[in-house]
Amino acid sequence: MIWGPMSKQTSGGIYGWVEGLGQVAILAREAFGSLCSRKLSWDDLMYQIYFIGWKSQSVVLVTGAFTGMVLAAQTYFQFHKVKMDTATLAVVSVSMCSELGPVLTALMVAGRVGAAIAAELGTMRVTEQIDALRTLATHPVDYLVVPRLLALHIALPLLTVEAIFVGILAGYGVGTRLLGIDGVYLYANMVKYTGGTDVLMGLIKALIFGGIIAMVGCYKGLNCGEGAEGVGRATTEAVVYSSITILICNFFLTLSLTRLMNSL
Amino acid sequence: MIEVRELKKSFGPNPILNGVNFTIQDGESVVIIGRSGGGKSVLLKHLVGLLQPDSGQVLIDGENIVGMNERELLRVRGRFGMLFQGAALFDSMTVAENIAFGLRRYGQLSSGEIEKRVSEVLRRVELPGTESKKPSELSGGMRKRVGLARSIVYNPEIVLYDEPTTGLDPVVSDSIDQLILRVRNEMKVTSVVVTHDMRSARRLGQRILMLHKQRIYATGTAEEIFSSTDPVIRNFVEGVSDPKEQK
Ligand SMILES: Nc1ncnc2c1ncn2[C@@H]1O[C@H](COP(=O)(O)OP(=O)(O)OP(=O)(O)O)[C@@H](O)[C@H]1O
Ligand SMILES: [Mg+2]
Repeated sequence: MIWGPMSKQTSGGIYGWVEGLGQVAILAREAFGSLCSRKLSWDDLMYQIYFIGWKSQSVVLVTGAFTGMVLAAQTYFQFHKVKMDTATLAVVSVSMCSELGPVLTALMVAGRVGAAIAAELGTMRVTEQIDALRTLATHPVDYLVVPRLLALHIALPLLTVEAIFVGILAGYGVGTRLLGIDGVYLYANMVKYTGGTDVLMGLIKALIFGGIIAMVGCYKGLNCGEGAEGVGRATTEAVVYSSITILICNFFLTLSLTRLMNSL
Repeated sequence: MIEVRELKKSFGPNPILNGVNFTIQDGESVVIIGRSGGGKSVLLKHLVGLLQPDSGQVLIDGENIVGMNERELLRVRGRFGMLFQGAALFDSMTVAENIAFGLRRYGQLSSGEIEKRVSEVLRRVELPGTESKKPSELSGGMRKRVGLARSIVYNPEIVLYDEPTTGLDPVVSDSIDQLILRVRNEMKVTSVVVTHDMRSARRLGQRILMLHKQRIYATGTAEEIFSSTDPVIRNFVEGVSDPKEQK
């Protein structure tokens, strides 16, 4: 299916998006099959983790920190009216753990890494390097997709934890230094209202979002159109589609995971 | 043995191959000639299953590779080496890593041995000492030769060369022709060469196939083709443009 040149242009709009999602799912199945049955190259995996995880840290840290700070400030402005100042950090912590941490990290990584994956694989495709790989008896999914998928599955939860941690820390800093709230109460309330399920939810989301970024990036790259224009479009689409998919998934994940965890 | 039966392929509304038939025996070397844009590269890609035809069969030792899935094809492709028209080197790797790629994937060789094989094959394509260069640092002709080295280093049974001497100076062209001949003779390799270079076509082709008007227009030994009186073949071999096409 995806190896030859594009047999037909995928249609645009919602229908095209759903159709693309189906193709991505087929690619994901192929990747999963390959993961279960084939030997993995540790060097490739390590390099991808380094590139995807380690090199994304600065972006993620800045995002986490400033989100935590603005969240703390805004929450305080509202809560101050009803004299609930000390609950500020609890709000920051819960929303960072279960929503903002995973979603914003995923969006930033989609912009950085998803785009890079699509551009790299797309360029490989238009310069026939993918074909060369195939004639050298190497499956592009084994060699290109699997290491990137695994690396994102590993790196994104770690990056998310980092963003959450930094976000809360920055929120705490703003709360105590700038807004003059008592640190001890802030901390106590945060611990009281943040459950393990919030953190768990964030991690599960990050794991899933990592898969989305990798699969959409790889799919767009491997199915890239001809020439520089094709690569450019593949890159843009990888970012747009993975971001949209992440945001939509996030809503349904919140609903279903909350249900699931409450019923446990 | 490679057998192609009634191969048809079109991209969108344009038919590129329309009923191509031929057979290539083991150990034979065949040259495919034809006009630019005539579908020679497309034909070559069908032989290794990089493209799937609209209809027809490609039999490798009696096994039809059309309709095989990618995993089955990988097994078949292990017997092939292919030089791409644009070399298609992996640009994130050095020359040595490119060449070693095929060797590594088949396993078994120690890294010392791989290194030895790589430097040996680089000497054969007259690029000794370029191991640690990146493809972007090489000239077009050098890249071509690295691609050639990559496609023959693991001793495949069948090698497909897409324009191996295009863009090379006459001296290197000659030595590449010699190399292809040597590879063929020493290792009993089946070679399929696409070329626009009539001199090397004459030298390399035990048999020449001419692709014209989406079919195999003519087939014969080099002598037969070069002494043909058919106007289409004559014009091609002598490089004369058809006045009717110039409008
Ligand atoms: N992936 C593709 N998608 C659409 N059209 C294609 C594709 N690949 C090749 N073609 C078309 O098929 C025709 C044959 O191309 P091909 O590359 O096989 O020519 P060629 O005989 O190798 O020419 P040259 O001698 O210049 O290399 C061309 O008209 C080209 O436009
Ligand atoms: Mg060609």
